[in-house]
Amino acid sequence: MFERVEPPDCTITWQDREIPARAGESLAAALLAAGINRVRVTGMSGAPRGPFCMMGVCFDCLVTVEGEGARQACMVPVVAGMRASP
Amino acid sequence: MTKVDILIVGAGPAGMSAAIEARRHGASVLLLDENAAPGGQVHRAAKPDAVGPGAAQSREGAALMAALRASGAGLHSGAVLWAIEPGPRAFVLQDHAVHEVDAGRVILASGATERALPIPGWTLPGVMGVGAAQILLKSAGLRPRGRVWIAGQGPLIWLYAAQALARGGEIAGIVDMSRITPHALLRLPRALTAPGYLLRGLAWMRAVRQRVPVFRTRDVVVEGDGRLERIHVGGQIHTADTLLLHDGVVPNTQVTRAIQGCEHRWNAAQRAWEPVLDDWGNTLIPGILVAGDGGGIGGAAAASLSGRIAALEAVRALGHLGGAQRDALAAPLMRRRRAELAPRGFLDALFVPLPMPVDEVTLCRCEEVTAGSVRAAAGLGCLGTNQLKAFTRAGMGLCQGRICGPLLHATLAEARGVPGGDVDPLRTRFPTKPLSLGELATLAPSASAASASGKG
Ligand code: FES
Repeated sequence: MFERVEPPDCTITWQDREIPARAGESLAAALLAAGINRVRVTGMSGAPRGPFCMMGVCFDCLVTVEGEGARQACMVPVVAGMRASP
Repeated sequence: MTKVDILIVGAGPAGMSAAIEARRHGASVLLLDENAAPGGQVHRAAKPDAVGPGAAQSREGAALMAALRASGAGLHSGAVLWAIEPGPRAFVLQDHAVHEVDAGRVILASGATERALPIPGWTLPGVMGVGAAQILLKSAGLRPRGRVWIAGQGPLIWLYAAQALARGGEIAGIVDMSRITPHALLRLPRALTAPGYLLRGLAWMRAVRQRVPVFRTRDVVVEGDGRLERIHVGGQIHTADTLLLHDGVVPNTQVTRAIQGCEHRWNAAQRAWEPVLDDWGNTLIPGILVAGDGGGIGGAAAASLSGRIAALEAVRALGHLGGAQRDALAAPLMRRRRAELAPRGFLDALFVPLPMPVDEVTLCRCEEVTAGSVRAAAGLGCLGTNQLKAFTRAGMGLCQGRICGPLLHATLAEARGVPGGDVDPLRTRFPTKPLSLGELATLAPSASAASASGKG
């Protein structure tokens, strides 16, 4: 997995869980730093997926952010208090 | 509606250099980038006081960003180009609203994406790209920790590993899948005319090998229940929570392939499609240029020079510079670009893309189409990647073939026993990035009053 070099400076909510984050980093980075690498399942077979490219190319990191679906977690900057879910 | 002399798409080394050069000659410039900050992948979060592996490049990136800020070019971060019409007129999505930009010239500097390396189990969470991990390291300060493995080939593996270790990261093992061939060695002498590049790579490799076990095999299999838990390396089982894959990079041609009449050619040495360009970066479509790795892989230094060369051509076309002045200013840049490209032939021959996997392995992650289905389609007479969509739906998912395109192409060429150039590349369509109906609706005339910026 991954660990932070710098300490977190805020928290966000993933599903019902509070996780530490740094404002401005990508939501996908915050999830990975918290040990969360499964963020959705595929529509076809229900296979689990997680961030793969981190640059907006693969669309495997799609999540719901503040009620809006199908956002690329690797392209969404963290804001303190942000709420996201699969 | 914004009007600007030169619209540049992508704020990596090519785009930033193009913007700075164009401003120097008095053109108004708008530079767009999807990311929250300029730099592109290579100069992401570049620092002027960088130390350690890749530091020289980071310092160059920081210098470019400072010059960009001082240049007076308009910079829109978090802005996504999703269509280009003749004119050229560009359609850009930013903050959930669509803006139209009319430009005298458009320079596309869309860079490269990692060539996917499909191995058994590679769709499981926990498997990512080496480039992806480098983005995490550079932009979020996340270093690898625990059972993190790397597999594949190419210089980025060694650079990332060296950078990660220098920042206190841990790597459990590296599987080097490269093979040195006589074909590559033939190209070594030319590469040695620019030895700095190769020596840097060897230094990273040495530093990494002292601390990380390196395995040489192409037999890597990923396993796990719902996420990566184990990898098999040459028949040996290791626990793993993260596997980073890499097989070089390919030009990002998602936008150029969607432009009608913008021809592409097969680069046999790099095994990739690239737009047909002249020395200046002009595509076959009037007013649209390409600079940097999006026009063929050359690396950051060559990309930066291509950006400047394309900008000189664009300002000439718009009347800011005479033809003779353009030629005089561009001559030394073209010479330097040739020198920067000297190691390419060797690297391309050394890191020939890895063979496609066994039938069971998924190639198209979105539509979950396996290599076997692609081969079966070829057996039924499917000739190219566009036809393959109808046979299998491969390449029709959300990523629009960004990840699977090169894999489908290689698998079809292999199955048909023909050179890559005989198999068509996936056609792309605007919008090249998904956009919602609500966002599209903001295009209504009253709503599209985007403010112009960067007017020189
Ligand atoms: S991780 Fe690939 S699009 Fe976000």
